[in-house]
Amino acid sequence: MAETITIEVARYRPEQEAEPTLQSYEVPFNKDWVVLDALNYIKDHVDGSLSFRWSCRMGVCGSCGMTVNGEPKLTCATFLSHYHPGPIRVEPLRNFPVVRDLVIEMTDFMEKLQSVKPWIVREDDPAPAEGEFLQTPEQLDKYKQFSMCINCMICYAACPVYGLDPQFVGPAAIALAQRYNLDSRDQGKQERMDVLSQHEGIWGCTFVGECTEVCPKNVDPAGAIQQYKLAATQEWFKSFLMPWSKP
Amino acid sequence: MKPSTAYSQYHPKWHRTRVSTLWWSRKWSYLKFMLRELSSVFVAFYVVILLLQLHALGRGPEAYLEFQLWLQNPLLVVLNGIGFLFVLFHAVTWFNLTPKAMAVRLRGRRLPNVLVAAPNYAVWLAVSALIVFLLMRQG
Repeated sequence: MAETITIEVARYRPEQEAEPTLQSYEVPFNKDWVVLDALNYIKDHVDGSLSFRWSCRMGVCGSCGMTVNGEPKLTCATFLSHYHPGPIRVEPLRNFPVVRDLVIEMTDFMEKLQSVKPWIVREDDPAPAEGEFLQTPEQLDKYKQFSMCINCMICYAACPVYGLDPQFVGPAAIALAQRYNLDSRDQGKQERMDVLSQHEGIWGCTFVGECTEVCPKNVDPAGAIQQYKLAATQEWFKSFLMPWSKP
Repeated sequence: MKPSTAYSQYHPKWHRTRVSTLWWSRKWSYLKFMLRELSSVFVAFYVVILLLQLHALGRGPEAYLEFQLWLQNPLLVVLNGIGFLFVLFHAVTWFNLTPKAMAVRLRGRRLPNVLVAAPNYAVWLAVSALIVFLLMRQG
């Protein structure tokens, strides 16, 4: 018989249990399988009641973030062979309420993301007929790293500040705010600063740095937050020393 | 509670895992964070010592000498030692944070992190050397 590996999956079925429990499954051990492949195998061949989110299976959609052996991971990019001979424990992302099995509730993140206006804000708002905004490769390079964020919420699962204080805006939302602040076409810096200079914004961050460590797209949210802190401090000093200057 | 987060017939009951009291012991990076938080106690202690030292200095040479003798208490030496280690830890954290907080660009390219952090260490070394030199000359 071909080699198998044990996957321990956190199950939570609100209609029948009050607390999540672990359920073990044996799946074929294929060297080129990722954890998501194993979950799909379980769903298709062993237990159709298992619930989890996934879509692109290639690290672009950001849907399949889960806790694998205690670490927040994109399950489509986490190979079984890395944990051989097992067992591998798969749990929902930490710091979020669990809806069912491996599915978490993400409304809080969505609201926070929206609050920082992660889109190009223009004061003049010219009509499309007036032509496109031009940007040089150098200007693109300034924000490109932060634009790689896929909203997978893995940084939120790794952030102890978010876990302890859910009011904290959190790593990805701040990184995306910075992505638009650094965009040469954007004019919404001040609007975002009003949201993020609050205590629950950038100042909630205590530079644990784990968001950057776990990010599957190398976005460096911790860097974005520190840049933001520096900018906020400079602005405060400016408004303190020159109260007449326009922000 | 906002309507979007309320329990309803169509919204199953969510499970919220409590953050365990020992969450910080799970990972070195979390532990480092807690140590930095804890360091404030020792730094505050050092501030008190410094204020007492200034006070003694203001009261004249005899009081200052007495204060210096009091400082030689082994307990105080240990506490100051711990405080010193924590301050070093903070300094290293801040120096390594610099390249994150400042994306320095030269001719359109971002400078590598090491090059942004290195001047901090260089100045630190130079100032420390100067202090050692001054102390040696005096002693």
